[in-house]
Amino acid sequence: MSVLVYTENWGGKFKKLSYEIVSFATGIAKAMGSSVTALSIGHVADEELKSLGKYGANKVLNVQDDRFESLDNKALADAVTKAAENEGAKVVIFAHNNEGKAIAPRVSVKLNAGLVSGVMGLPVSVDPFVVRKKVFTGKAFANIQIKTDVKVITFAQNSYEVTENPTDVAIEAFDPQIADNEFNTVIKDTHLITGKVLLTDAEIVVSGGRGMKGPENWGGLEELGELLGAGMACSRPVSDEDWRSHEEHVGQTGKIIAPNLYMAFGISGAIQHLGGVSSSKFIVAINKDPEAPIFEASDYGIVGDAFKVIPQLIEAVKEMKANK
Amino acid sequence: MKILVLISNVPDTTTKIRFTGDNKAFDATGVQWIINPWDELALTRAMELKEAGGVEKITVANVGAKITESTLRKALAVGADDAVRIDAEPLDAYFVATQLAEVAKDYDLILAGIEASDYNGVGVGGMLAEMMGINSVSAVSGIDLENGELKIHRDIDGGSQVLTVPVPLVAIVQKGIAIDPRIPAMRGIMMARKKPLNVVPPVDAEARTEFLSYELPAPKAACKMVDEDNAKELIRLLHEEAKVL
Repeated sequence: MSVLVYTENWGGKFKKLSYEIVSFATGIAKAMGSSVTALSIGHVADEELKSLGKYGANKVLNVQDDRFESLDNKALADAVTKAAENEGAKVVIFAHNNEGKAIAPRVSVKLNAGLVSGVMGLPVSVDPFVVRKKVFTGKAFANIQIKTDVKVITFAQNSYEVTENPTDVAIEAFDPQIADNEFNTVIKDTHLITGKVLLTDAEIVVSGGRGMKGPENWGGLEELGELLGAGMACSRPVSDEDWRSHEEHVGQTGKIIAPNLYMAFGISGAIQHLGGVSSSKFIVAINKDPEAPIFEASDYGIVGDAFKVIPQLIEAVKEMKANK
Repeated sequence: MKILVLISNVPDTTTKIRFTGDNKAFDATGVQWIINPWDELALTRAMELKEAGGVEKITVANVGAKITESTLRKALAVGADDAVRIDAEPLDAYFVATQLAEVAKDYDLILAGIEASDYNGVGVGGMLAEMMGINSVSAVSGIDLENGELKIHRDIDGGSQVLTVPVPLVAIVQKGIAIDPRIPAMRGIMMARKKPLNVVPPVDAEARTEFLSYELPAPKAACKMVDEDNAKELIRLLHEEAKVL
């Protein structure tokens, strides 16, 4: 019996999310008295695979097969299912990101398993298996029981601490034996964003709304963002007006993020926007309107003109860095 | 090409969320119901594709009690040709996908929103594809129809891709698939009354998950205010008090 965790890689490397999700799988495995197997698909060096052992993985199944590079959902689901069957997995864990959301539902059908998506933190109990997640776009939490023998969950990023748990880890080559005709996705073009902090990875996010008045006014925010190593975000009107790329839109219909610090400049805080950022550990709001709803969701606030505030913040961050 | 758009009937986004019976059930009293925002964008894109030619029919389908018919009528008013309501309470994603699998057989392209804004599930589209043994693509931010072939734009972690996948296909769509959702015009509302809305009985299926209870988040402590002319203080607080810088 084991807990199977799907650990995707980014250009052959793992990142914080990988270690977080393995730590989370280890937490569940401990509660259930079982072991942790990670499944890696793609070209990841053995040293990198072994790093998963530091967070509690007992075994890594290593699939090296270039056909999976097209991220064909059907073939990937087949591969994960074969691994789960191979390991006798009782719980299969994916990240609640693009890839996890794409594959987990298919795998749940193949394994006759119940699925809960966006699980936050460890299960409330493992027998019965009850997990917690946000519902109504962050306005409430729900406790949900998965009633099947095998459980599939997607894990909400930043809802569990990366926890070291040094374990001897075995790396095993694994061939799920997927036939060529299972791969039907043909990639015509790939565009990667480079040189920017990915919004979903960012610990600090600097975000601008309509109060910034126009795309030409983002210079100060970008400078502040760069100084803080922050990801850049924006509200829906800003992305709808094409002031900023839709990649940066956070909110109910955009990206849902959970950084340590979210700084909102000129964002009033419509409920749809708050739905995308309410899991942030700290929220800071700078807005002219003292009645703006964003202040109700914020930990720190300044009622005032963003254009007056931003230069002061830049200066203060520079001073802070100089004193470090 | 025939398109099926899956419709979730969800509370209006601004609804104040309350629970009844010892926090065991959602209190639907006075709730305004709407088309799930992502499903609305999916329907909008389906309409655009139809207007560009090459789409013969758009059907909308949902699993729900009679109360959800006003949401389906709205989808018909936006422009869908007909609607199917599977007459059952949507117990969980597995139950809903099982019901839809029967209806979806006759379609080339099935569009599902990436998430439903009520229980924030993401499963129905992918489950449906697996039950039908067909392809699926998730995080779809664009669909073009060129010479009868679908060109799909998909977001990946840190970028985007253009790809092709043969039909039948379930496309699970998100932001970007359409910009502004279509709003029904008066003519559309009049016409919607005459369009077919077929009610079909559910097939046997069991839910695999059960919502046991709900909680509202703890109220947030008051926001600590800093003076506009002393904004540097904010950085000090974030550094020394919140310890996030």
